[in-house]
Amino acid sequence: MSRKGPEHGSTAVALALAVFLLLFTAITVYIFVAKWWWFPPAITVEGHEFDSQFFRTLIITGVVFVAAQLGLALAIYRFREQGKPARHFEGHTGMEILWTLATLVLFIGLGIYAEKAWAEVHFIGASPGALPIEVTAQQFAWNFRYAGPDGKFGRTKPELVSASTGNPVGIDPADPYGKDDIVSPGELAIPAGREVDLTLKSLDVTHGFYVRELRLKQDAVPGMEIHLHFKADDPGTYELACGQLCGLGHYKMRATVKVLSEPDFEKWMQQQEAANQ
Amino acid sequence: MVTTAEAGGHVHSAPTGFIRKYIFSLDHKVIGIQYLLLALFSVFLGMALSLLMRIHLAWPAHKLPFFSGGLMTPEQYLALVTMHGSIMVFMVLTTAPQSGFGNYFLPIQIGAEDMAFPTLNMLSFWTTFVSLAVMASAFFVPEGAPISGWTAYPPLSAVGEQSGPGQGAGQTLWVIGVAIFCAASLMGALNFITTTVDLRAKGMSLLRLPLTVWAWFVTAVLGLLAFGVLLAACVLLLLDRTAGTSFFIPGGLVFTDQVLISHKGGSPLLWQHLFWFFGHPEVYIAILPGMGVASHLLSTFARKPVFGYKAMVIAICGIGFLGFCVWGHHMFVSGMSPYSAFAFSLLTMTIGVPSAIKTFNWLGTLWGGRIQFTSAMLFALGFVSLFVTGGLSGLFLAQPTLDLYLHDTYFVVAHFHLIMGVAAIFGIFGAMYFWYPKMFGRMLNEGLGNLHFWLTFVGVYAIFMPMHYLGIAGHERRYADTTGVGYLAKLQPVHVFITIAAIITVAGQLVFLFNFLHSMKSGKKAEVNPWNATTLEWTVSSPPPFDNFGGKHPHVYRGPYEFGVAGHTADFIPQNLEPEKVSEAH
Repeated sequence: MSRKGPEHGSTAVALALAVFLLLFTAITVYIFVAKWWWFPPAITVEGHEFDSQFFRTLIITGVVFVAAQLGLALAIYRFREQGKPARHFEGHTGMEILWTLATLVLFIGLGIYAEKAWAEVHFIGASPGALPIEVTAQQFAWNFRYAGPDGKFGRTKPELVSASTGNPVGIDPADPYGKDDIVSPGELAIPAGREVDLTLKSLDVTHGFYVRELRLKQDAVPGMEIHLHFKADDPGTYELACGQLCGLGHYKMRATVKVLSEPDFEKWMQQQEAANQ
Repeated sequence: MVTTAEAGGHVHSAPTGFIRKYIFSLDHKVIGIQYLLLALFSVFLGMALSLLMRIHLAWPAHKLPFFSGGLMTPEQYLALVTMHGSIMVFMVLTTAPQSGFGNYFLPIQIGAEDMAFPTLNMLSFWTTFVSLAVMASAFFVPEGAPISGWTAYPPLSAVGEQSGPGQGAGQTLWVIGVAIFCAASLMGALNFITTTVDLRAKGMSLLRLPLTVWAWFVTAVLGLLAFGVLLAACVLLLLDRTAGTSFFIPGGLVFTDQVLISHKGGSPLLWQHLFWFFGHPEVYIAILPGMGVASHLLSTFARKPVFGYKAMVIAICGIGFLGFCVWGHHMFVSGMSPYSAFAFSLLTMTIGVPSAIKTFNWLGTLWGGRIQFTSAMLFALGFVSLFVTGGLSGLFLAQPTLDLYLHDTYFVVAHFHLIMGVAAIFGIFGAMYFWYPKMFGRMLNEGLGNLHFWLTFVGVYAIFMPMHYLGIAGHERRYADTTGVGYLAKLQPVHVFITIAAIITVAGQLVFLFNFLHSMKSGKKAEVNPWNATTLEWTVSSPPPFDNFGGKHPHVYRGPYEFGVAGHTADFIPQNLEPEKVSEAH
């Protein structure tokens, strides 16, 4: 057999490629393990379940990642052109079946395991005693409405929306239930340890309600009222940032989320009632 | 079914005159090169747009040329995001691997003289050219290009100027451009499918097809079924924008305290379903040809048959089929039924299986081989590494629970760039280094090819791996900068690192561009079969005669990966070598 062209077997290239793959794999894994950039602490029970499922997935994908990259590096170095003939084999049905089944079981198993946390967030609705809060998104702000002492939200009409006259969500003055509604612009207060039932709405385009510490994201879609419920356990101040492209102000469409102890929450509500007078 | 090329009756006479030969050519080889040149222009345009984005993200206060006052506004940033994505996905990843290399090499690899419909082929290229022109013209209208992303979700994309700058004429031009592109893709898909089914040479049974042909064939089937849906969606969106319909626009929308009264009853989710029903198969359209090329190159340059050829064929078909069943994984947070989300999640995890099979088989192909580190092979090896990395992050995103945090963060940006923006591109580069001698009759410089590989391989990992960490920290995508949200400030140094890596990597592509252009005239003259490869394109001159086989009709006697067969001195047997001649010369 004559081989034309320059000699392509090269220990230098094989070694360099194998070493690069090793280094790349090691650095990637290290940064994950060392958590140079990581989640902020979760503040709900489902949030902690998220963290467990993420960790499970990370371990499985991590093992596969390391095995595949190292396997590639090994094959590259060990089977570089060295003047020996290649081993001729066309496949191995047994191995094909084995790794197909193993992958299927592993991936589907992981997927089914993940559904528990999903079901708790989305298959079950809020419990009857949850605090209802209405979240209205718009270009480029968040407004939060509380039902007030009567526990009912007043009717809203789009044509009544007027930021300049202090009616950003368009409450109808003719509806008595709306008279005690409290609208908090840009600040969402939540009582710690009590379940909350958010109703997400949008005035104009699709926005995204996203709070990292809750491990939750949900689009607010115009024409829809989408519910999201959770119970935050850890008091603190967190940030809500828009998670769905909504126009030029998307990058600064933020709000403050305050998880407050019950007494502090009562104080906050009283301050809001006074301000809404 | 095997039919000979002559039964197809698709011979056209040799073209005369410059226009017929190089502009309005019916020759699939010329059309393939035209698509590749369109893709080459588009990829440099797309990279320039992304460089502007990256420089702005790293140094938002830095003055840039071409911008009034030197500073980029948030809407200009979003216009760059939109056009970068659209141009790269449509004009690079959907053209080069399929319409470029597929057009050139599908007919030759199956032993045909041309595509089944040469005139339709020519039409499909020029229609694509028009779609690029229309899309690019969005930059030049007064309010600029659209800002709704390549995904163009309504109502933002549907209500016109009141939702933002660029959402008037710019968005309309974008929608029309995409619709025209859909038409072009449908034409191409028809051609590929008919050609593969009908024009195979004698002896070229389905299970003797090179894996590149299988990939192009399944990709064409995906294109035929998916692009029609996007075309319909674009028409509906255009009607909402111009004819007062409300497919996607609900009633009672308020923009700056004004109620929109001209629309009601539509659903923004309807667009998402239609778009992603197309959009998910689209990403498989982008990657499948690269997988076919990777298999082909790994086998050729390890001098071994593809490990598990039949399993690879089943995997290609499996990925193609399942690709239509998973679109809802783009919509976990959209407001779609959570029960559908569960179903889509399991189907998405399932599609990881054929992808894993292919990865195992690539490793099996290398195992026991004698690997030659040509530039083409380096890119094929890089493809495997990148596909593994990019594919694995999909396992996180496929779980709705985890997607609740990671959706619309840089974790997603990392995932799709590694798979599409890099692995698929490596498939294109591998194909280019492999087939350039055949197309242009000259060898590319291997030293420059190696340099290009190293700069690119190290560079793309430096750019996109840190984005996983940004996503985990909660950094949203499509954010013009990190000044608007408090917790992003400490991530700014990562942006600087990524941008520096991007600048170096993009500069590295100039090595390829130089090699490509310089070797056209000054490269070493290419022989018929410089790589000692087995498939039919390596049995004709470089470049091939206008009717591919010089009036002869090839006859195929064996599969496409007969390397290192025991008892033969040569380490490869071409597909068309007569059995008697095999024992003589080999």
